[in-house]
Amino acid sequence: MESVSFPPLSRVAVCGGTHGNEMTGVYMVRHLQKEKIDKIGSVSVSTVLTNPRAVEICRRYVETDLNRCFTEALLNSPVTDSSPYELRRAQELNAQIGPKGSKEAMDLIIDIHNTTSNMGLCFIFYSIDWFTLHILKYLQSKMASVEVRAIQLDIPIAEAYSLESVGKHGFAIEAGPQPNGVVRADIHNMVKEAVDHIFSWLQEFNSGSTFEGGEVEAYTLVKSIDYPRNPVTGEITAAIHSQLQDNDFKLLQRGNPIFMSFSGETVKYDGEDLYPFFVNECAYYEKKIAFHLARKIKLTLPPIKVTG
Amino acid sequence: MSSYNNTARFSEARRVAIFGGTHGNEMSGVTLVNLWTKNGTEIQRKGVEAVPFITNPKAVEKCTRYVDTDLNRAFTPENLSAPGGNDLPYEVLRAQEINRIFGPKGSPEAYDVIFDLHNTTSNMGCTLILESSKDHFNLQMMNYIKKSMAPASCLVLMNEHPLLKYSTSRSVAKHPVGLEVGPQPQGVLRSNIFEAMRVILKHALDFIELFNEGVEFPPCTVEVFRVLEWIDYPRDANGNIIAMVHPNLQDCDWEPLNPGDPMFQTFDGKTIHYQGSGTVYPTFINEAAYYEKQQAFITTRRETLVASAIIKA
Repeated sequence: MESVSFPPLSRVAVCGGTHGNEMTGVYMVRHLQKEKIDKIGSVSVSTVLTNPRAVEICRRYVETDLNRCFTEALLNSPVTDSSPYELRRAQELNAQIGPKGSKEAMDLIIDIHNTTSNMGLCFIFYSIDWFTLHILKYLQSKMASVEVRAIQLDIPIAEAYSLESVGKHGFAIEAGPQPNGVVRADIHNMVKEAVDHIFSWLQEFNSGSTFEGGEVEAYTLVKSIDYPRNPVTGEITAAIHSQLQDNDFKLLQRGNPIFMSFSGETVKYDGEDLYPFFVNECAYYEKKIAFHLARKIKLTLPPIKVTG
Repeated sequence: MSSYNNTARFSEARRVAIFGGTHGNEMSGVTLVNLWTKNGTEIQRKGVEAVPFITNPKAVEKCTRYVDTDLNRAFTPENLSAPGGNDLPYEVLRAQEINRIFGPKGSPEAYDVIFDLHNTTSNMGCTLILESSKDHFNLQMMNYIKKSMAPASCLVLMNEHPLLKYSTSRSVAKHPVGLEVGPQPQGVLRSNIFEAMRVILKHALDFIELFNEGVEFPPCTVEVFRVLEWIDYPRDANGNIIAMVHPNLQDCDWEPLNPGDPMFQTFDGKTIHYQGSGTVYPTFINEAAYYEKQQAFITTRRETLVASAIIKA
């Protein structure tokens, strides 16, 4: 495959606290800010605590989920002092590390998240972005004891609703399982190692290295399944079945148990073979998602190098 | 209760409450109590009036630990007698209400037994919480539960420490029993944790039924973990934590922690070691709700308590 060249990635934002109770990102950004890290080799680094009010009260959000506020429509909608805090904050962030779609936007935005699901280390992104995938491939080679996975949301950038869509390139790092409000050293250390490798990659890229092409597997979101609910009250009537719990990315096939009702009945999956993820994510109960389902795809990466 | 060396006699334990949602984001108890409020068949026992009750409905609705203040610390004598009506914090009002319904605390009218259902983000497995080493009824119940669940583990944490003991919702009853099952993130319902709590309660209610029927429970010994002290995270001058529970300690609730063992790890990778004078058994390691209470984990020591024989009076 032909090599593709890109300008250097010299302005990078590392973000945490987009959900105020996902602690790895919060502590990572705080630590970088305490150490006054604003440059790593050729890369200038902005560190941003994106939702400080939510961080202060250790809640996912104050009024509305910040990480759903970054569509073009919401970023351009008129806001007043009485608009929800996160809508206003999204527009502030867009001015700071965007604007989305413009040439002033950060070259790369990395947004650090945690999940209560057993997802290990995942990169979540929108478009098939050679950078994200090359970084992922690099991490997979450097972090042999950790399974690093790619999750693609097939949504056009204008409709992309999360923070990392503001940059020219961007991805969310999702690390779990970790409860809300808790910082686990093993999860923190895994993410720290990943971020260190990402900065090594960026410097190698900027200094002219060619990164060989290859294949990476990715999971692309197909649909979501909600909990069984009482049709009148809307209350959930079953829990994720113990055979699905903690088995993110293990192939789910027709007939496999997915829920155990409170009265002891097993609910079985009835659909095509797909891969579950975000299984029993705390924040998704209110979004009516028990788990997501994905198809596995193979992506072929061209070799890439910096222009010049 | 009659003399220590003979069989202790207790009055029938007829009025039993099952509290869920004392912390609104601890989902096993919320779910079980809601279930049993709709259909109480599972908790019915002969001679027992078992009442399921959501103690903190506003916190449950918001799926948060508490609204104004921690309900499970609110049952102090000062709070229970505080005047002030609707100016009081929500949980203080709730505590007064609960004390009216299930108490008054310390009086003969108080409920016989209250089970308070909790979850923890710590890897504590199934834990029963005992507030008094002299409550032979509770000791016998806990012994019965442990034996019924074996070989599955069910440990007993005893917090009788005069300075660390706190005024819990369950303390309204003559015999308060805490159930703490983890690990489970706040706001999440895990099937295995839910079922485990259900089984503990099944055995607990079976015990009460047997007791009320006149069964005598012979003397027994109960291994407990007695609370010694709380250890906080290392913090900076602004109160922010500067280290995390060390990977070697994380998830190792109830395992021995020896002087010199790794305890915390700073954000740049340095190890801080445990400096105590002897081996302790840590628990409540990395509980989400305890960061604000300045508690990274608690230390305990193992002790064997002796329970006298008990029989209904």
